[in-house]
Amino acid sequence: MNDWVVTVLILLPMAGALAVWLLPWTRLGAGGFALLVALAEVGIWIQAAARFDFDGGLQFQQQTPWFPDLGVSWHVGFYGFSLWLTGLTVVVMAATIAYGFWAGRERARAYFGLMLMLTGAIVGVFASQDVLLFYVFWEAMMIPLYVLIGVWGGPGRLHATLKFVIYTLAGSLLMLAAVVAFGLSQGTFDLVDSGTSGSTIILLGFLAGFAVKAPLFPFHGWLPDAYRESPPEVAAVLSGVVSKAATYGFLRIALPKFPGPVGDLRVPILVLAAAGLVYGSLLAFRAPDVRGVIAYSSLAQLGLITFGVFANNDLGLDGSVLQMVNHGLLSASLFLLAGMVERRTTTGEFSRLGGMARGRPLLATVLMATGIIALAVPGSTAFAGEFLILAGVFQQGWAWGVIGAIAIVLAAMYMLRMISAVLHRSPGQAVSERALDLRPAELGAVVPLVLILVGLSAWPALISDRSFPHGAAKQSINTGLQASPSHSITQERTAAEAGP
Amino acid sequence: MRPPIDWFDLTPELVLLGAAGICLLAAVLAPHRMRAQIAACTTALGFVGAFVTGVLIYVQTPDGENVIAGAMRRDRYGAFAQLIVAGAGLLTVALSHGDRRERQHGGEYYALLAACGAGMCFLVEANNLMVLFLGLEWFSICLYILCAIDLDRVGSLEAGLKYLVVGSFGSGVLLFGSALVYGATGALEFSGIAQATAAQGLKDDAVLLAGLGMMIAGFGFKASAAPFHMWTPDVYEGAPTPVTAFMSAATKTVALVLMLRVLVTAFPQESELWTAAAAALACASLAWGNLAALVQSRLKRLLAYSSISHAGFLLIAVAADSQLGGRALLYYLIPYSAASLGAFAVVAARERELGRAATIDGLAGFGWERPVLGVAMATFMLAFAGLPPTGGFTGKFYVFSAAYDAGKSWLIIVGVVATMVSLYYYLSIIRAMFMRSPEVRVEVAAVGGSPPRDPLLEGSVIASLAVVFGSFFGLQPLIDVATHAANTLPF
Repeated sequence: MNDWVVTVLILLPMAGALAVWLLPWTRLGAGGFALLVALAEVGIWIQAAARFDFDGGLQFQQQTPWFPDLGVSWHVGFYGFSLWLTGLTVVVMAATIAYGFWAGRERARAYFGLMLMLTGAIVGVFASQDVLLFYVFWEAMMIPLYVLIGVWGGPGRLHATLKFVIYTLAGSLLMLAAVVAFGLSQGTFDLVDSGTSGSTIILLGFLAGFAVKAPLFPFHGWLPDAYRESPPEVAAVLSGVVSKAATYGFLRIALPKFPGPVGDLRVPILVLAAAGLVYGSLLAFRAPDVRGVIAYSSLAQLGLITFGVFANNDLGLDGSVLQMVNHGLLSASLFLLAGMVERRTTTGEFSRLGGMARGRPLLATVLMATGIIALAVPGSTAFAGEFLILAGVFQQGWAWGVIGAIAIVLAAMYMLRMISAVLHRSPGQAVSERALDLRPAELGAVVPLVLILVGLSAWPALISDRSFPHGAAKQSINTGLQASPSHSITQERTAAEAGP
Repeated sequence: MRPPIDWFDLTPELVLLGAAGICLLAAVLAPHRMRAQIAACTTALGFVGAFVTGVLIYVQTPDGENVIAGAMRRDRYGAFAQLIVAGAGLLTVALSHGDRRERQHGGEYYALLAACGAGMCFLVEANNLMVLFLGLEWFSICLYILCAIDLDRVGSLEAGLKYLVVGSFGSGVLLFGSALVYGATGALEFSGIAQATAAQGLKDDAVLLAGLGMMIAGFGFKASAAPFHMWTPDVYEGAPTPVTAFMSAATKTVALVLMLRVLVTAFPQESELWTAAAAALACASLAWGNLAALVQSRLKRLLAYSSISHAGFLLIAVAADSQLGGRALLYYLIPYSAASLGAFAVVAARERELGRAATIDGLAGFGWERPVLGVAMATFMLAFAGLPPTGGFTGKFYVFSAAYDAGKSWLIIVGVVATMVSLYYYLSIIRAMFMRSPEVRVEVAAVGGSPPRDPLLEGSVIASLAVVFGSFFGLQPLIDVATHAANTLPF
């Protein structure tokens, strides 16, 4: 019941952030220290994953009362899927901090402190077992992101941050109202102790927060600006990891705590997801620049993941967790690559790019590999995830499956369009002969992500079979993710074995 | 016949009055150069003394009791408010020290500040209508003069005059209301009013209700709740910034604390009416304060409207009419007062740098030039907006919880919408400090090199920052204290 590992995963980067802010580091010192902390996070996570019992329920719990009069506590712990999402977070954060270090961001102490703070907040979101604590971390993600985009972003950053903040806070304040109502009506804010709620209004409050953060169609107004104006590594975090906080919220709060209302709202949510999937794919196909393609493909992919989450069966749920990790890694790699291309050419517009493959084999290989996995060629881990989701949602109704399949065809189209516009054709105006191939440091940031994707392609079941106890995703959700359903199963088994 | 007097209960007031007296003597007797220093130190010690004695009263009064022939109430609720007043006063002394008025009216300024604090400490313990009015006038008169103390500045005189006129009107309304209540019930003591109302069946008595309404309006003036807020922006803008800081933190605290005490103790039979009135005032304040703040460019005006909107949040807690509401009100006041003082302290720092009123555009680049003040200001704005990890978030959370608990969920929605609106202007301050937009012409500091360091002011900003964070991370002990304090009210 009292395992420090999760608390350490949350507090280590926050302590690192304070150290970066308060001590007089040089630029190199601050970046190096931040990278070290980020790598230590990866190490701690690996150690935690090695100890994790994938057939158990909530693990590595730690609980300390925070304000007992309302039943709020520091309660953290991991389920299988939280473990994977945390892994995604620490890996992507390490890669992005490495990229920021290499890119030499101005005002290094402020920058790296914020990145570390963001890391801690995101891990906190994935680990909280108390709904108020969840909300605290949820909001805590917003502040570093706001400053990171607003200070280090592109020329349109002020407008972009304003939009981003207004959208996300509008959603999350509605969520706060829902948190208050949920916690007080349950008598506790603890997600493990609390029962289920039948209130559609409260669920809608939560969904407002999640739908904006993900984003789901039609709450994606902030997305293109924020993804275009962010520094590339922040865009990588935003689309790779932060968006998963929303789908995680579906999994951890919406489904187990509101079984009745979710059943009522399933079709509208699936419709929104489908609309986002198709609309995002079409926009990605028409986007004039690299980041536009990745941004809208994110919208589409989040729609697909939502499909899986609300498919209401094992296939969909397992597939959605796998696809969350896939998309996180893919989107982060693509945004980092976009940043690398922009660094060499000063632009991401297709009309001024092209022909970058010639003389730059490393860039071509890495971009090609990532793009191929992103378009879900059979055998890739994205294919596995999307296939599971489609198979799952097909059981809800064949039409959903058809929509999903169409969108996957579109995915192939926009990814190939982007690859060819950047790498092939004749060299664009902005592409100088002297633009270098990827440097070792850049490879160091992006190649690990791609290698993990390749590894997952070989063994997607690592995640899809190990997100819920005994692979019984639906049963696990239906029992409110309460103390592992495995108990009842094993008890029945032992009872049966011991029987006559 | 002289009633027995509980001198111990009066120590915070007496300590502060003593400090005021010494300041006045120093203003005449001490050598000219040292007057301000002596007065500042004395006042600071006075506020420390008030804080310490406030803690002692809190500790030694587990149950409330009426003292001095029922004129005053000695309980943890009042002691809690005294602690906030004393803390605010101490920080105000620290940030007044670098101000230019030191040279002219140092002694008088600090004497008034200490006397004002004493009046507030007196007011929050009021247990009958006479003490209520006395205390209110006591601290208000000190504030009228404090607002106008920059004699050579038209804005300051205007603020003083405006506050005097509108404030007196508010006091008059309150006094009239008190008279009507007394006339209807024949009782001065708060609990006596409640008993008389119950015993004589005065629940629907028109005179009593008119009196109650006028008293609420009077409190609305003092707490600067819309629609009784008209004086706030002008007075906050014109008054010397340290005085504004003190007003925004301490005046609001005592006005709302006392309002809840009076309503709960004297008018339990009318609770349906006054909770509705408080809810209406809350909505009006939230709407008007936030919308008007959107279009402000001067920082002090903006913060004035923000304080109006916070009166709205605090009134939600009042409208809850419950233990939880009382707890929420008292807890909310801690981070709110700290953030308010800190924010005005930063404004004061920027004003001294630029030598003119600080505007939002005038903050351009401030965050990078003075990182400690910049980060502190950003934190105060986040606290006002109610974002974690600041006490503003937990305060808002408690207020919303109280509203939900009292079955007024719609007030949560009002609060949420108001918060959304408020984010625009709070974040615009952060944006101005850290994210300089190329279109804005940068205002540079007046010639003469970098501004002198003011360790006392920075110290008070850091202390406020510590309270704002501390009330989030160390929430539990504060909530316990607030719970004990709120439990002494007869809900």
